[in-house]
Amino acid sequence: MSDFGELVFIFASASVINNFTLAYFLGLCPFFGVTGRLDTALRLGLANIFVLLITSFAAWVLNTFILVNAPYLRLISFIVVIASTVQFVEMAIKKLSPALFRALGIFLPLITTNCAILGLALFQTSRGYGLVEGLVFALGAGVGLTLALVIMAGIRVETEVNGVPELVRGTAMSFFIAGVLSLAFMGFAGLFSSA
Amino acid sequence: MSPRQPERHFGPELLKGLWRENPVFIAVLGLCPALAVTNSLLNGLVMGAATAFVLIGAATIVSLLRRLIPSQVRISTYIIIIATFVTVVDFLLAALMPEAHKQLGAFIALIVANCVILGRIEAFASKNPVGVSVADAVGMAGGFTLALSMIGAIRELLGSGSLLGFDVMGPRFEPWAIMILPPGGFLSMGVILAVFAYLEKRKARASEAASHPRDGEAAR
Repeated sequence: MSDFGELVFIFASASVINNFTLAYFLGLCPFFGVTGRLDTALRLGLANIFVLLITSFAAWVLNTFILVNAPYLRLISFIVVIASTVQFVEMAIKKLSPALFRALGIFLPLITTNCAILGLALFQTSRGYGLVEGLVFALGAGVGLTLALVIMAGIRVETEVNGVPELVRGTAMSFFIAGVLSLAFMGFAGLFSSA
Repeated sequence: MSPRQPERHFGPELLKGLWRENPVFIAVLGLCPALAVTNSLLNGLVMGAATAFVLIGAATIVSLLRRLIPSQVRISTYIIIIATFVTVVDFLLAALMPEAHKQLGAFIALIVANCVILGRIEAFASKNPVGVSVADAVGMAGGFTLALSMIGAIRELLGSGSLLGFDVMGPRFEPWAIMILPPGGFLSMGVILAVFAYLEKRKARASEAASHPRDGEAAR
């Protein structure tokens, strides 16, 4: 029971309380870059969840079996292994499920350079998560990223048809929206304080 | 083989990164470190210095090796070179400034994923000789550090009422706690970008008025 509770806490913490985008500022490039439309934001989020899960597994394998004696190679091996794994998975999906490949589209390769992915691997290492905890952490982080992307896209679509002052139209406005969203997500911190 | 590059000079390459092509405020790159660690001026400076070390080192190496790196695998080569320098700076900070290293945490390692570095290396250092590449890297790193210090100073001043840990706002000042929390990062960046947009617009209007004094009035 306590194990399960621990997992629920990891999930909730990664998805809403310490949301990767809004609290840790990870993955900001897609957050400001592709949130112009709702459906692309959702697809990017799903592709992110997928890659995060793979990354978490790859990082666990590296940490447990390979990097035990050479921790100073951690960063270099992480980035090389993650980039090539994602590339490999991309090829596999293209072969096995063209429909899924089309749905994810250009976003799959782009995600490789997303700092949220490397961030996940590093946080997982520094917190000493095992395999199951790591996967739950990855799922939570992915859900959190998707949530932030979709909400952001929804609000930005609205601001396009409304009278935003010319001076802050575009990037500056996106930062203000992100600030308010981040403020709102801070409220989730109260979720577990009584426990 | 490669098309002839236009003549490059040290001065302009060095200076452009500081303001006119500032990586954070103009190109809006490298946001992750620019917002995540800038809740105080000191953190901004340390992060800027660490990034500068990586950028200058990687740009030098890549520029020296630019004829040896096959173009098919160039991005992965750059990433490995960058990751090596980041590992070095990570251990350096852990040894020299353990307190700051603990505060910055995983964000030092995340310098690898900073798009300012890969962007400058791909766009500049891989195509230009060592001298100007280093000048470009120094300028961009300076601009990046400047931007981080600016955001860090604003957030520390309003959020803690101090600068570099010294109390400057006096005892009557009520700190805006929000500024050192994540939302403060987004909000200060938004305000800075709006100020830049305003300056840009005013400059455009001034130069327009100077070149066509009568057209400008007729249009209104």
